[in-house]
Amino acid sequence: MTDHAKDARAQDAPTDAAALARLPRRPEEPAAPVQSTAHTVRLKALNAFYGDTHAVKGVDLTYAANQVTAMIGPSGCGKSTLVRCINRMHEEVPGARAEGEVLLGETDLYGAGVDLTSVRRTIGMVFQKPNPFPTMSIFDNVAAGLRLSGTKRGDLKERVEWALRGAGLWEEVKDRLGSPGVGLSGGQQQRLCIARTIAVEPDVILMDEPCSALDPIATLRIEELIHELKQRFTIVIVTHNMQQAARVADTTAFMLAGELVEHAPTERIFTNPDDDRTEQYVTGKFG
Amino acid sequence: MASGSIAEPQAPPSALKPPTGFRHADPLMQGILAALAAGILVLIGFFFVRLVVEARPAFEAYGFFNFVFSDEWVPSKGEFGALPLVFGTLVTSAIALLIGVPVAIATAVYLTELCPARLRSPLTVLVELLAAVPSVVYGLWGIYFLAPKLLPAEKWFADTFSFLPFVDGPVSIPNYFVAGLILAIMVLPIVSAITREVMSTVPKEHKEAALALGATRWEMIRMAILPYARPGIAGASMLGLGRALGETIAVTIVIGNAAVIGDSIFSQGYSLAAVIANEFGEAASDPTHRAALIAAGLLLFVVTLVINGVARTYVNRAETAALRSVPKGMAG
Repeated sequence: MTDHAKDARAQDAPTDAAALARLPRRPEEPAAPVQSTAHTVRLKALNAFYGDTHAVKGVDLTYAANQVTAMIGPSGCGKSTLVRCINRMHEEVPGARAEGEVLLGETDLYGAGVDLTSVRRTIGMVFQKPNPFPTMSIFDNVAAGLRLSGTKRGDLKERVEWALRGAGLWEEVKDRLGSPGVGLSGGQQQRLCIARTIAVEPDVILMDEPCSALDPIATLRIEELIHELKQRFTIVIVTHNMQQAARVADTTAFMLAGELVEHAPTERIFTNPDDDRTEQYVTGKFG
Repeated sequence: MASGSIAEPQAPPSALKPPTGFRHADPLMQGILAALAAGILVLIGFFFVRLVVEARPAFEAYGFFNFVFSDEWVPSKGEFGALPLVFGTLVTSAIALLIGVPVAIATAVYLTELCPARLRSPLTVLVELLAAVPSVVYGLWGIYFLAPKLLPAEKWFADTFSFLPFVDGPVSIPNYFVAGLILAIMVLPIVSAITREVMSTVPKEHKEAALALGATRWEMIRMAILPYARPGIAGASMLGLGRALGETIAVTIVIGNAAVIGDSIFSQGYSLAAVIANEFGEAASDPTHRAALIAAGLLLFVVTLVINGVARTYVNRAETAALRSVPKGMAG
């Protein structure tokens, strides 16, 4: 990193960068000890289709609680589709469907009687392009999910502050919560989206190439944030950037043509993978 | 790769040299388009001035204020007070928007978000076909079919909700409400078509953002689609209002053509456009009557402009205010 980048980063990093873990589970219970709500997510024989196209082929995979798992692989290998199956966003695409099991703890999210909206409330998602609601203020953006889940008006303020602190954005925006969310910089917008996601206290956070639209400094900021967040959440991150996977992920899964090739501790994937195809991919021989 | 294939032996003619022949195309084009655009403004201006000039005898005879705010319109006695007409125009248009816009928005939401894909285009065509029905046909249908069928319901409503202002009283077959209802059907296609168009431009990311937060389909529509589409919906309503204010033949058939200010929405009335259509023939021989009709036209023109202006300002202000809805004490 250049000195310039370091300076910018130091400036950018708020004092509450490490505060997330110390924050109480709920603002109204300040004395409660930190208790992670994170759960293990297990995929069993997961298949996903777009019409006749078989995009994810029988993947078995376990995402450990409070760990960051990176999904890597060439474009079109099905990693985004796989991740979108976890919070059942995949089925929003016309003609798309998924088969198999996604177990959150012991609950199959595709089982009968599972409420779609509570699945998505429990498994938050951060998208590739920062997507704050354009008509909403910074405050309202973070409060959006809270209002959906019926948080009382009086509690909103605290919860929004909590989430913004958790996303490392509070210091930067606390004086202008009423201004539009889309007036922030790209990196800030993405952290706003992270704040919106964590505000409803999900168990799992899915990140679909969260940094691909950001500059290197904003990217670094998000990566630091991911380190903080994993103390409370289980995190799955799709990335095209192998350095990013190496920097943030505890384990890394490599996918190719809809199949899971290998899932192992990140260090092993990048230094001594079991599968030849993984080695070829991480060393840049294809993809 | 062979090194020879990279080198370009002959330099191509400089790309910086402007192409000959069409060098003046841009300024020319700009000039033509500007002239055409200005032409529209000139036309409107001319139109307005002409109306004022032609209407002047009426204003001179009765005084502008008297003409607009007096409620006697009796051409046989030479009395021309336009208030009942203005009133009828405003009331029928308001009813049209109150009924038509919500239905149009609901239609647009259904067609863009909820409708099965294979029903979408046939239904869209059907809704737009409503615009293809000639207004005189709407009028006929309204007076011969709709108005008699509605009569019992209107009577029941007038009795049951008689405590509301402007509801109690006798119900006549042609009335403000039926005219407003017919107008609502007539503004529906344009309002819903534009609303649908605007809603289909809502980026997928915004919809997904709402869904991923655990929004139901309806919550997603309320959170991501309606706020985004609101300026477009407002614009569409303005266009619908323009149509409702100016609609002539359908209104004149179902409004009753009684130049009085009705006691309730179920009374007969008259509108600015309807009076012009009904009386222009007999007015040809009476210069004052003719001037009064042109003055009614001018009034209609002004009412349309004013309502549009007010609505636009109001919409802009609402947009700005929406962004400031943060609980007090949160900032700082």
